[in-house]
Amino acid sequence: MQSPLPFFPVQASSFAGDVDLLFTFILLTCLLFAVLVTLLAIYAAFKYRRTSPGEVGSTVEGNLPLEIGWTLIPLLISMVMFAWGAVVYVNFRTAPKDTLNIYVVGKQWMWKSQQPNGKREINELHVPVNRDIKLILGSEDVIHDFYVPAFRAKMDVVPGRYNTLWFRPTRIGKYHFFCSQYCGTNHAEMGGWVTVMDPAEYAAWLSDEAGDVNPASAGEKLFTQLACVTCHLGNGTGRAPSLNGVYGGKVLLADGTTVTADDAYIRESILQPKAKIVAGYQPVMPTFQGLVSEEQILNLTAYIKSLQSQPVPAKGAGVAPATTGKK
Amino acid sequence: MSTSSTINTGPALKLPEKHYLNASYGIRSWLLTTDHKRIALLYLASVTFFFFIGGFFAMMIRLHLMSPYGTLLSADTYNRMFTMHGVTMVFFFLIPSIPAVLGNFLIPLMVGAKDLAFPKINLLSWYIYIIGGSFTLYSMMTGGLDTGWTFYTPLSTIYSNSAVAPAVVGVFITGFSSILTGLNFLVTVHTMRAPGMTWFRLPLFVWAHYATSVVMILGTPVIAITLGLAAMERVFGLGFFNPAMGGDPILFQHLFWFYSHPAVYIMILPAMGVISELIPTFARKKLFGYHFVAAASLAIAVIGFLVWAHHMFLTGQSTYAALAFSFLTFLVAIPSAVKVFNWTATLFGGSISFDTPMLYAFGFLGLFLVGGLTGLFLGCLGIDMHVHDTYFVVAHFHYIMVGGAVMGYLGGLHFWWPKITGRKYPEWLARIAALVLFVGFNLTFFPQFVLGYLGMPRRYHVYPPEFQVYNVMSTAGASILAVGYLLPMIYLMWAAFYGEVAGNNPWPATGLEWTTPSPPPTENFEVTPVVTWEAYDFHNRPELGLDVLGVPRHGGMLPAHGDD
Amino acid sequence: MHRTGALYGQFETLEQQKETASLGMWIFLVTEVMFFGGIMLAYTINRHTYYHAFAMGSQTLSIQLGTLNTGVLLASSFTMAMAVWAAQVGKKKLIPLFLALTIVLGFIFFGVKYVEYAQKFHHHLVPGRNFDIAYCVNNPSQCEDINAKDMEKEREELTAAMEADPDLNAHAQLYYSAYFGMTGLHALHMIIGAGLLFWLLRGSLAGRFSAEWNTPVDLVGLYWHFVDIVWIYLFPLLYLIDRHK
Repeated sequence: MQSPLPFFPVQASSFAGDVDLLFTFILLTCLLFAVLVTLLAIYAAFKYRRTSPGEVGSTVEGNLPLEIGWTLIPLLISMVMFAWGAVVYVNFRTAPKDTLNIYVVGKQWMWKSQQPNGKREINELHVPVNRDIKLILGSEDVIHDFYVPAFRAKMDVVPGRYNTLWFRPTRIGKYHFFCSQYCGTNHAEMGGWVTVMDPAEYAAWLSDEAGDVNPASAGEKLFTQLACVTCHLGNGTGRAPSLNGVYGGKVLLADGTTVTADDAYIRESILQPKAKIVAGYQPVMPTFQGLVSEEQILNLTAYIKSLQSQPVPAKGAGVAPATTGKK
Repeated sequence: MSTSSTINTGPALKLPEKHYLNASYGIRSWLLTTDHKRIALLYLASVTFFFFIGGFFAMMIRLHLMSPYGTLLSADTYNRMFTMHGVTMVFFFLIPSIPAVLGNFLIPLMVGAKDLAFPKINLLSWYIYIIGGSFTLYSMMTGGLDTGWTFYTPLSTIYSNSAVAPAVVGVFITGFSSILTGLNFLVTVHTMRAPGMTWFRLPLFVWAHYATSVVMILGTPVIAITLGLAAMERVFGLGFFNPAMGGDPILFQHLFWFYSHPAVYIMILPAMGVISELIPTFARKKLFGYHFVAAASLAIAVIGFLVWAHHMFLTGQSTYAALAFSFLTFLVAIPSAVKVFNWTATLFGGSISFDTPMLYAFGFLGLFLVGGLTGLFLGCLGIDMHVHDTYFVVAHFHYIMVGGAVMGYLGGLHFWWPKITGRKYPEWLARIAALVLFVGFNLTFFPQFVLGYLGMPRRYHVYPPEFQVYNVMSTAGASILAVGYLLPMIYLMWAAFYGEVAGNNPWPATGLEWTTPSPPPTENFEVTPVVTWEAYDFHNRPELGLDVLGVPRHGGMLPAHGDD
Repeated sequence: MHRTGALYGQFETLEQQKETASLGMWIFLVTEVMFFGGIMLAYTINRHTYYHAFAMGSQTLSIQLGTLNTGVLLASSFTMAMAVWAAQVGKKKLIPLFLALTIVLGFIFFGVKYVEYAQKFHHHLVPGRNFDIAYCVNNPSQCEDINAKDMEKEREELTAAMEADPDLNAHAQLYYSAYFGMTGLHALHMIIGAGLLFWLLRGSLAGRFSAEWNTPVDLVGLYWHFVDIVWIYLFPLLYLIDRHK
């Protein structure tokens, strides 16, 4: 259903209409009281404005029936608001029995989701319309939150536990989803699109392999596209160390220390290449900060990981010599 | 129509010969003072300083958000801006401001005492505030903090690369300043009231601060231990809140909000206390329903401790817990509503003037109304599931904190400036500033309600372009708001030295503080006052010089003599 | 404000001053209740969630030393109360005696605590990289202060606990974080209390306290009793509950 006002997001789930109706009720009630009090105050300000410098007001001190009245009436109205809100919320928290379950994992700063048949997505969620969908939400690091304004639905994603979020999309289309719990640097970029599809199209999409890209091969394409390959020659003769066998091993740095080449190291080397310089090499690598997305970094890392089994060149290796310590 | 309160009759007024400001000179007489009035001014200088720091961060935020693509600041810098805006404003401005400046100055005067119960502890609380503030400033200068003012774990304890520890230590230390202030106020009100100053003759400003002090002493120690544990986790790797070690991030949230929700009542109750002084004074009429307003302050303080998990409705907590906290949240709104009705009812049958403090009181009424009512939306589970952690929340709390607490603070500063400095501020300039503030404020924050319902999350350094128009409106409003803040800072300072001499009781008002000279002598009262009149009684105080023998203003809808 | 004899300038009468000081100390103690309450709540919740690990943790504490310390503190509260009494009835010579006894008992408490902490250190029970709840059971020669019978019991408990909770070490570390946090906080308060007692001792030797005016003794007494009560809560929470499954 299209939203009635330009101040509301589009209504794309079974919750949306309920939430908007409740909102309208509370809005109108609050408007009523606000306008009433404001008009009364303005009226009094005019009617009882001071007319001579020494004038004083009346000796009225209070009125018990009035006090009771304006305590009980707001109490009753707020109980109605509470009860109505409770009904909507309980519905929201109580997933139906038969749901299509999708696993969603949030991590700094991306979302990974997995459909029932194993198909994965990054920063995207495809769902069929008019089906009850349940997301099982997990976090790999800090607290995140999965929020779809068009569905009027959100749920925190807390490390160390699973939270669930259910909804029934009612309108085909593409809708924003956002991370809605501050989670660090790129919190604002940790979002994507929920695509609600016709059930037949969803089924087709689900079984389509084309969209499911092997991260390592995507990474290999990027490695060439971004010209990494021009310096990081596999045979060790380039301006930069070969990446064969680097992943998971020890790297000897220019300052004499060694570090383990794990995911974090790879990520730092791409975004802040001057932070750790490999021994025997010049600090000439440009930074790719702002030029690669989290997803692309993951793909590049997967590709570099796949180079573990490649032959390590004798000279120009990125791997520290064996004498510097155990692996 | 807008007649000023002051009755200018007789020869030009002169400042008293000796008062608390010229009683002694030199920096030591200020830094080692135990006079509650001087300590109030020490606090005034410090909170104003932190207000401008927090305001600077706010300016950076709003400038940056003009563009949806985040072109002004980097993501990390923006995150530090909003975090430090929150930390500075909450802990170093909003919580101390009215209690430490106006409360410290006025409570002994209002109860008829020579000073607070523990003057040296009062000074100590200021030093603790300064030390805590220094730690936080150090955090800002060594790269700042980017966890959000709520310090949620494990982001703050494990993942953040910013100066978390010094900031957390700074807030921890400053908490003790709050505790000592609250302790001082509670004891003073209990044991140091002048003869005849019974509980129900106390100004409602005092009742409000009493309730605030109860919250301060019960709540603040909990944030102290919570931040202490978080600091231990960050520095020593303990695992209470770290899921990797079996800890629970939600436990942190419970402990954090157990204080931080009552903290918002620490911020608003004193402002309500100010409004309860302003409206009777400028309507020249007793506050309608005195006992109910006093009881409402206490009710807010008590029920305020029972609602903390309404900040956590979407953490995955049990539905039953959410229902309980939502129910209690609606309950806590009722005493605030009762106060608003009583303030409005006071206007009927009054003799209303529109001096600057009254303009701030009207502004408060309107803005607190919006802020408070929007709290109902958030406490309602079926709405919060959509607007939690969006700009709707940001708009709500700014309406209360800025539209409410800051308006109350400024209104109070203007009202008592003649008592504090002996001089009046320039009335017309002040009225213009109040209007500028009101307009600027609404333009800044009303669009944020719309943004929130449309789905824009908070703490975002970039956002979908369709939200831009409201963000630009908000920034435009903020620039007007800034002018509204700068004007009083300038003219109040000017007025302190060059303003028109005010005399004992320029308005006139009925509190005990107005029976002393302006500025008061160090010992407040030369002779211990004996109180024989009720609060806000304009009719039995001939010394106020008002026209009580004329035809009394009849109360409109209600009988002329009060029944309570 | 200048003092007039023992009366501070902001007060009208000595009675008002005394009442004020007393109320101030009571309210301060309420804040302390909230302060300790926070960490006790965290402990209690974790105790419920990680029952096996926390029971194991309690097992490793010495109930003998804990009981000794409890007795010491209770006795110190008695001597403190006697000091307050002596002041109230004007027996000026007795005040320093009882204060000194309280200080001595306080130091005995510190001594026992030191022994306990040192033991934890040697047994690899301090949270951090070396934490290992199974250290003593696996290396009995390093923990000679545990006798064979107790060691056998600990081994049994540990085996059962590890079966029940695969992450026992991590959760036991939580127990010890709470242990050091709570007892450390308590010890810090006792150190402050000891400092206050020394200050009182000096004053009492100079004859400052009398039946007419003894507020500082009264107030420090309140504080000392509070610190004692905190221990009365810590002792069962840490040492006594569920020592054995």
